[in-house]
Amino acid sequence: MAIKKFAVAAYDDEDVLFPAVSKVRHSGYKIHDIYTPFAVHGLDEAMGLKTTDLHIAGFIYGLCGTSTAVGFISWIYTSDWPINYGGKPHFALPAWVPITFELTVLFAAVGMTLTMCYLNQIMPGVKKHVFHPRQSDDMFVMAIELNSHTSEEAALAFLRSTGAKEVNVQVAESGWWYGRWDKKEPYEALNPG
Amino acid sequence: MNDRFEIPSRLRNTSLILICLGVAALIGGIATLLMSHDDVARARFWAVLLHDSVFFTLITTVSIFVMAATSLAHGAWIVAYRRVTEAIGANVWIFASILAIVLFMIVFTFRDAHGVNTIYKWVTESEPGKDKILAGKKAFLNPGMFVGFTLAALGLWSFFGRKFRSMSIAQESAPKNDTKIFWKVFRMSGLFLLVYALTQMSTSPWLWIMSVQPHWYSTLFSWYTFASAFVSGMSLILLWVVYLKNQGNLELVTKEHMHDLGKFMFAFSVFWTYLWFSQYMLIWYANIPDETVYFKLRQQGPYSIIFYSNFIINFVMPIIILMARPSKRNYFTLTFMAMVIIFGHWLDYYQMIMPGVLGEHWHINWYEIGIFMGFVGILIFAVSRTLTQSSLVPNNNLFLKETVIHIS
Repeated sequence: MAIKKFAVAAYDDEDVLFPAVSKVRHSGYKIHDIYTPFAVHGLDEAMGLKTTDLHIAGFIYGLCGTSTAVGFISWIYTSDWPINYGGKPHFALPAWVPITFELTVLFAAVGMTLTMCYLNQIMPGVKKHVFHPRQSDDMFVMAIELNSHTSEEAALAFLRSTGAKEVNVQVAESGWWYGRWDKKEPYEALNPG
Repeated sequence: MNDRFEIPSRLRNTSLILICLGVAALIGGIATLLMSHDDVARARFWAVLLHDSVFFTLITTVSIFVMAATSLAHGAWIVAYRRVTEAIGANVWIFASILAIVLFMIVFTFRDAHGVNTIYKWVTESEPGKDKILAGKKAFLNPGMFVGFTLAALGLWSFFGRKFRSMSIAQESAPKNDTKIFWKVFRMSGLFLLVYALTQMSTSPWLWIMSVQPHWYSTLFSWYTFASAFVSGMSLILLWVVYLKNQGNLELVTKEHMHDLGKFMFAFSVFWTYLWFSQYMLIWYANIPDETVYFKLRQQGPYSIIFYSNFIINFVMPIIILMARPSKRNYFTLTFMAMVIIFGHWLDYYQMIMPGVLGEHWHINWYEIGIFMGFVGILIFAVSRTLTQSSLVPNNNLFLKETVIHIS
């Protein structure tokens, strides 16, 4: 990904967070992400996130599982190694339905789990920048992206006016990376003290 | 808030016309089928009445089951339209009475020219020396057991259906946030599930439907009939909710609640297929003549068109049409699929009962359709009348706030 500059605001109440999100969006700032200690209902709609396409991916994974199962089993039992089981036809579709079903579920479940991990940028051993140590404890932390056209002071003053308890500017890696914390983490170097 | 329902004259007239058509079909059936000397025609007269009264009794009883299950689980999502399920459940006694009359008439009065009861053969054929297999099953399959189990099942369903409604109405005048009736409903729900497990999920389908082919048996049969009844019962609830919303009632019901009903229709269509296929595949694989006789008639015989259309209507259509999220939040697709599912499971019950009674001589024409319309008319008339008798919002229900903020 890329190293970017963020203005970070920490709120201690979701009733303050919701109006703040709406104000930030109306004033044109780009919200990078919001980190909360628990799932806040309605926050995705307030942030304007579009509905996930994960279920379409799941449908496609499921179809892959179905066709893998039917294709592989029918190849084995009709052309590769046909065996007569109890007088049943070689193409014994009803007997394959349970396996086909299992493989459909397996492909869909594993595929959707991995896709979800990719979309949310979580995976065992993968690192992401932590904007605030209390974002998984009792603070709601919003990070908005800054660029060369935005003034740090104006952004911080604006965030403070929305009711934030703490505000600061951080330069950090915006995506995920694999490896040690300090490999891509410029935080310590760029924010001494 | 518009919480009172008044029956529009159009609905009342429709239901009365349907009831008249049903009565006309019944009279026509008595004149041409029951009075004829053709044994198949007389069997058809009773078997069609049996099919429709069993089907409508079971799908209306599902409403009581839904209320009991959600009350036990402290589910709030149903509270927004709980009055609809209560109104359907409170009218179970009507269909139960019709079913009791039909069942007892068949058991005690119906005989063909040779004195054989061709619908429930175990009534006349289980004497020693007639049918060895049925003689062996006589401990369970005999008129005494049949009458006892039937009266117990129908009586308890009717009682619980009315009880759930009266408890909910008593809650309206109870002190605010009083939990006395809430826990009473909770206890009654547990009791009803026990009753339901011992009747609809086991003995009732054995006696009423499976004993039409008394030599054949399947341990899965009651679950399969339950799944069939459950998905059509959910569709019935959905049709009433959509109708009442179109009349401007049920303002608390949002797309989130409709989405949940759609999920139930989708999920239990798949559940029905699971049981239907489990029964089919084990019999197909084991290939034991005692068991395959059931599918010989249905899959390869004259019923094959019903057998395959059953699979397409009840599995392929719901899974394709209801899978996507937007279609479960769209009133048109939900209403359309609810009607398709009810018709599909009506066909399913038809092919459970008729092959054992009529053999190859099945018809679906004026008599079958007329009796079906008559039952639909009774259902619309009775349920709409019950809906007018109380507020459509279960005021004072402890879960009212949860149901308003419900997100599916």
